[in-house]
Amino acid sequence: MKAPDVAYARPRTLDEALALLAEHGEAAQPLAGGQSLVTSLNMRLAAPGLLVDLNGLPELTGIAEAGGVIRIGAMTRHRDLAASPLVAERLPLIAAAVPHIAHPAIRNRGTIGGSVALADPAAELPACCLALRASFVIRGLTGERRVAADDFFLGLFETAIGPGEILVAIEIPVPGADAVSGFDELARRHGDYALVGLAAQGRRDGVGLGDLRLVFFGVGDRPVLAGNAAAAVAAGGVKAAQDALAADIDPADDVAVRGATRRHLARVLLGRVLGRMTGEA
Amino acid sequence: MENEQRIGFTLNGERVRARVAARQHLGDLLRLEFGLTGVHLGCEHGVCGACTIRVDGRAVRACLMLAVQADGAAVETIEGLTESGEIADLQDAFHRRNALQCGYCTPGMLVTAAELLAETPRPSREAIREAVGGNYCRCTGYHAIVDAIAATAETRIAATAEARVAASVEPAEAGR
Ligand SMILES: Cc1cc2nc3c(=O)[nH]c(=O)nc-3n(C[C@H](O)[C@H](O)[C@H](O)COP(=O)(O)OP(=O)(O)OC[C@H]3O[C@@H](n4cnc5c(N)ncnc54)[C@H](O)[C@@H]3O)c2cc1C
Ligand code: FES
Ligand code: FES
Repeated sequence: MKAPDVAYARPRTLDEALALLAEHGEAAQPLAGGQSLVTSLNMRLAAPGLLVDLNGLPELTGIAEAGGVIRIGAMTRHRDLAASPLVAERLPLIAAAVPHIAHPAIRNRGTIGGSVALADPAAELPACCLALRASFVIRGLTGERRVAADDFFLGLFETAIGPGEILVAIEIPVPGADAVSGFDELARRHGDYALVGLAAQGRRDGVGLGDLRLVFFGVGDRPVLAGNAAAAVAAGGVKAAQDALAADIDPADDVAVRGATRRHLARVLLGRVLGRMTGEA
Repeated sequence: MENEQRIGFTLNGERVRARVAARQHLGDLLRLEFGLTGVHLGCEHGVCGACTIRVDGRAVRACLMLAVQADGAAVETIEGLTESGEIADLQDAFHRRNALQCGYCTPGMLVTAAELLAETPRPSREAIREAVGGNYCRCTGYHAIVDAIAATAETRIAATAEARVAASVEPAEAGR
């Protein structure tokens, strides 16, 4: 199908972009990599009056470390995450996740900002950001605010980014020297959205794992922090965590698979990832 | 901020201009305005890969980029890549190994394969499968495609090694 009629602007500065969004209100929509938005336009699932293209904004690019925080510009493409030595060294969780996102040509255009702003519940990067305790830098005409990952993902395709606001960057506290992460997902075909996925971040604590954040994706309306399972690891190991997981997730039946199947797959995935992280595998 | 805009870009090495509607994707512009029908359209939502072309040196889905976004960019289609001879060896390997039947997936498959080989000179069969997994082929069953890409990688590595030997001999000869 073909996209509906729409206007287009490519602002040169962030302020100009924000002014356009303010002026056109609900009708205006930011365009990042377009790998989800243009799809929706072509399928006529979205019909904005104005596309505000973020591709010309220097304020939204770059990956840099300063003051114990790694700041990733919202327009950083999946491809650039994969190619970044800083990400490979400091954020192995993200480095492990990126190859699972779609296919090379889509990773060449799609951005981390677009991925978290879209908040597809089966997407990899929102889960990684939640596991890594990221903070989201959001700019509006009246100024800038930061939202913690725990308060950012509000529901199905819903985030804390308000109307007229633009996500500028994602800030991630640099994991310590004793940090350990794990990532895996199950999909019917490599590159498809996951049936179930798990992003895990913690630190080595003697023979066990401390400060463990287990974030499942594909099992709810947003990335789900499995607090019971994480607590159970410390108390009783992998098996205990798998048993406790039932209290954390409650996937619904859908056209792809039954909820019970997803629940089972999540349990299997948890065993695999924790096994690798603790060396028990 | 209009529904129609004038753009200028490099298309297969030539400067071109066009007046485009913002709603038009790049695939349609290339096919309808420039007659580059090697840009195949299957799904128009990023899934099939038939429309994969090269923009600023990178493989992208022509159906997921707006034509207006090509302003100032360097766009290459299968027609340009064929004419320049850049992927002649890959095309030859596809031909020899029967890696195409109806040919619908082929232009996108070639652009994808060319990028893989540029970044990973000797990809494993697994890596080749992963790369072309984003391009649907409903005819070949993929084995011949994987073979053709793997064979091209080997040929190129052998050619580079030969060139290196030749280069290391030459300066010594010249120095005599
Ligand atoms: C075939 C296919 C397979 C895919 N598979 C996967 C997959 O397995 N996993 C996965 O995670 N993704 C997948 N994707 C989606 C891809 O990763 C997208 O690139 C990503 O979800 C959206 O990023 P984008 O930059 O393309 O954003 P766009 O499509 O441009 O925008 C997405 C939404 O976010 C808003 N937005 C974007 N940037 C900002 C910003 N800075 N501030 C405020 N709002 C903003 C837009 O207005 C829009 O509503 C797939 C896509 C395709 C076509
Ligand atoms: S037509 Fe572009 S991916 Fe199918
Ligand atoms: S050769 Fe027919 S789709 Fe691939």
